[in-house]
Amino acid sequence: MEVGTVVFYLIALLVVASAAMVAFSHNIIYSAFSLLGTFAGVAGIYVFLGADFVAAVQLLIYVGGILVLILFAVMLTHRITDVQITNRSAGVVPGLIIVGLLFWLLYETITTTPWAKAKEIAYAATSAKIGDQFLQSYLLPFELASIVLLAALIGAVVLARKEMKG
Amino acid sequence: MEITLTHFLVLGAIIFCLGMYTVLSRRNAISVLMGVELILNSANINYVAFAHYSSGGVDGQIYAIFVIMLAAAEAAVGLAIVLAIFQIFHTIDVGATETLKN
Repeated sequence: MEVGTVVFYLIALLVVASAAMVAFSHNIIYSAFSLLGTFAGVAGIYVFLGADFVAAVQLLIYVGGILVLILFAVMLTHRITDVQITNRSAGVVPGLIIVGLLFWLLYETITTTPWAKAKEIAYAATSAKIGDQFLQSYLLPFELASIVLLAALIGAVVLARKEMKG
Repeated sequence: MEITLTHFLVLGAIIFCLGMYTVLSRRNAISVLMGVELILNSANINYVAFAHYSSGGVDGQIYAIFVIMLAAAEAAVGLAIVLAIFQIFHTIDVGATETLKN
């Protein structure tokens, strides 16, 4: 086997194992820390696919931002002593049946569809191209994204502050 | 053995199913948000894989960046809502907050 194949399977194993930990762990702290493995592994998958800029964004925003936010929320909403009982699962058997059927459907679709193939598979730096596209074809979504982020920022502050009396 | 598009799509499907199971089975609101993050990550893997193997441009990567941006906004607002619920109900069990049910 080639080195690239081995690396892909190692990263995929890391991603799937930590995602399974998120889904099945009884302790919410373990679930939250397992997200680190998933997010970092997905960044590795992006590098494998030649998407260097997306991988950097994934590390900065997911690992540096969202994961810290989730850990803060876990710490703020639980007493550390009762984390054992705060991650209950319900409807395990129906959930597993639905998800199993869903995976079977997705797997059949993936393996039987003849996907289009690119003429050549390129590994080149993408940052310059992405920057050009953001200021040309994707200018409107780019500006809308800044408004969405501003609205989310204000909304989060309004929702999370303590209600003032009087 | 060559790594093909199918490998990445199957990986995305596995992560999607694990995230779906997390959303379906967890009673803790923060765990449900973690499941949503897993689902968004699996969608991103599909976008970038199709950009690499099928279309060849950077369009799929740009969609992935927009999804990451929206995930950040969703996490900020979602966790703020969870904190507000915790202040009022002193629990974040998704079955406990049923004031609007009647």
